[in-house]
Amino acid sequence: MLYIPGNNPAMIQQGGVYGADSILLDLEDAVALNQKDAARVLVRNMIKSVNFYDAEVCVRINHLSTPFGLADLEEIVPLQPSAIRYPKTESPEEVAELLKIIERIEDKHRLPHNKMTLHAMIETAMGVQNVFNIASMFSRVDAITIGGQDLTADMNIIYTPDGVGIDFARKRIVMAAKASHIDVIDTIFPDVNDEEGLRRETEYAKKIGFTGKAVINPRQIDIIHDVFTPTDEEIRKAYHIVKEFQTNTAAGIGVFAIDGKMVDAPVVARAEYILKLANVTVA
Amino acid sequence: MLNSLGREIPEYIEGIGKLEPFQGALMKLGKGWMDEPTIPAPNRAYLPHQSKLCKTLEEAIIRSNPQNGMTVSFHHHLRNGDFLLVQTLTILHNMGIREITLASSSLNECHDPILPYLIDGTVTRIFSSGIRNQLGRAIALGVLETPVVIHSHGGRVRSIHTGKIRIDLAIISASAADCEGNATGSHGKSAFGSIGYAVIDARYAKEVIVVTDNLVDYPCIPLSISQNFIDHVVVVDSIGDASKIATGTTRITKSPMDLRIAKLAADVIEQSGFFVPGFSFQVGAGGASLAVAKFIREKMRNKSIRGSFMLGGITSYCVDMLNDGLFETIFDVQSFDAVVSNSLLNNRRHIEIPAALYANPFNCGCITNKIDVVVLGALEIDVDFNVNVITGSEGYIRGASGGHSDTASGAKLTVVVCPSFRGRIPIIKKRVHTVVTPGETVHVLVTERGICVNPAFKELEENLRRAGLNLKDIHDLEVEVDKITGIPGPLEYTDKIVGIVEYRDGTIIDVIHQLKEK
Repeated sequence: MLYIPGNNPAMIQQGGVYGADSILLDLEDAVALNQKDAARVLVRNMIKSVNFYDAEVCVRINHLSTPFGLADLEEIVPLQPSAIRYPKTESPEEVAELLKIIERIEDKHRLPHNKMTLHAMIETAMGVQNVFNIASMFSRVDAITIGGQDLTADMNIIYTPDGVGIDFARKRIVMAAKASHIDVIDTIFPDVNDEEGLRRETEYAKKIGFTGKAVINPRQIDIIHDVFTPTDEEIRKAYHIVKEFQTNTAAGIGVFAIDGKMVDAPVVARAEYILKLANVTVA
Repeated sequence: MLNSLGREIPEYIEGIGKLEPFQGALMKLGKGWMDEPTIPAPNRAYLPHQSKLCKTLEEAIIRSNPQNGMTVSFHHHLRNGDFLLVQTLTILHNMGIREITLASSSLNECHDPILPYLIDGTVTRIFSSGIRNQLGRAIALGVLETPVVIHSHGGRVRSIHTGKIRIDLAIISASAADCEGNATGSHGKSAFGSIGYAVIDARYAKEVIVVTDNLVDYPCIPLSISQNFIDHVVVVDSIGDASKIATGTTRITKSPMDLRIAKLAADVIEQSGFFVPGFSFQVGAGGASLAVAKFIREKMRNKSIRGSFMLGGITSYCVDMLNDGLFETIFDVQSFDAVVSNSLLNNRRHIEIPAALYANPFNCGCITNKIDVVVLGALEIDVDFNVNVITGSEGYIRGASGGHSDTASGAKLTVVVCPSFRGRIPIIKKRVHTVVTPGETVHVLVTERGICVNPAFKELEENLRRAGLNLKDIHDLEVEVDKITGIPGPLEYTDKIVGIVEYRDGTIIDVIHQLKEK
């Protein structure tokens, strides 16, 4: 997910060419207070006119407690981007209020309530405490994401490259997402020149269960794709497992072995997930 | 008359002579010989132990018998740090010499100070592979009566062989030379690496002056240019600005756009069918072109592929790939970094080559004939894959033909990399302003918005499609980009021709008309 400042027309124009899975047009932290109105209008017009190719388009609005949040919704919801990203989400009540406003705007424009989704950003200690309810109570919340920079600020700790200060939050947020069967996206890696550090952090995020990672520079996209894309060997093994599973199921066999290792439902589910990521179907 | 690309070419131009229209990239080579006769190189004689040393550049020039209408040649290995071209023309100007033909292998921004000499008639004709900045602007606006001739690096050698360029005086910069004129660019405080473009000048000029800021004991080693072609030797305080001659090492761009394009281009090369052990490779020195080398380097390591040779303008990145064992050899006609000079001096697999061996189409095999993959840039490219690297979107002359058409004509795979638009200007056109490299020699265009394969190369297209690369019809991409940028209004020209663009075989691929001043 590539963050693009909502007040930079050149970057928005080129946003779709870098191969990111989704583009996040940011009206919040990337935009100075005196640029908020201009950015909102720019993002509105760019969504209408720019070809973002295969990338999903999301918009991060300002929090409803600011003077800009409601105006952002009024302008952006009618365009029905793939998702609205809501910053500093702290409670299910907040999400309920947000959805009420979104649905009111959608009703006004005769739009369905099930097309555009909501990404809840968890970037405060309170948000971390309430994350399961935020993730699980609303069908329109289809992803949660951790905002590392704001979270460390809220915790009064210094962000360190090893991420130790937010490690508990990361794992708690992942667990909430998994229990809710929704996506979970890791925070940005701020040093765009540290490719090794980015790879290390992305590999860790993948290992603990994140399904993607946000980036602030297009140069970071390839490393993240490289980490999250299954290797040829992983795909080959997964294909073999699913193929054998289909054959054995047809023969009425539930549990079987490949190379001496037991294959049961969880192993098959994992293999199917890898093939889904790799966009491979078993013939 | 129209050439085979549909460009209107006059039959004759005063001061240039009869013009032969371009008829296809390999049409003339296919005959197996050059139509024009080769002129003999001048023979000179020196008495035993006669001194060649001159106290000043002016003294050497006076000894060279300067005359009105003379042709003076230079080489551009010192790039934007060169002092000698401006100094030489100033001396000739002060001596009252007029109607000089300037034959520099290229002209850079540092040569802007000669503009007054174009205005006052000191310089009346120019042959060069590249012209930039104030000179390019003034020439496009018609400062010279006779059109400039833009040639390729290989084409320049041909023009000297045939006498189209008859050099009266060649100025050769050397970062090290001895009292007899044995010269090199490979060491010394102003080291610039290969001196390859100047070799033909030394061979064919009536008078040759070697200018150095580093007179070494006889003999100067290596003998990149040898004493038997040198008439005079001058020692000066400095031949150029070392900081502009060569930077320490070339850095790969950090521009996300250039990196994106480079990555796509590397994917194209990998899947083209030509990325095999023993392949040969050439990339440019900047932006997306050089960045392709970064990704190719990774792919070569991952697939354990070892290449044959790298060619052309050589950067420290090429040297790193040689030292990593990824390529067997470097053939170096022009060096871009200080590190390269050191490699040239010390690594026997890093070989200095003259322009004739690099790219002259009329010999028994220039090395560009053997190149497998070349990555080139573009100022504009059109839907027929014709490439412009000489005139900008505003109509000024602001680039260089260089080795663009030479390498494209020889490569099995020519990849042009460029953004689909710069600023608000589309780079993909229905018709480029000026053709330098014909589309028939360009296989693939890679932009950030898609990859376009020249439909003449079906097998390549099939290879790339099978590999899952995102291919687009170039006509569709042109329309897509126009939708983003709008279509710029046409430039306004007069009927006067201010430049002719020679293809490497000597035929005329395009002309440049005088831009109407706004």
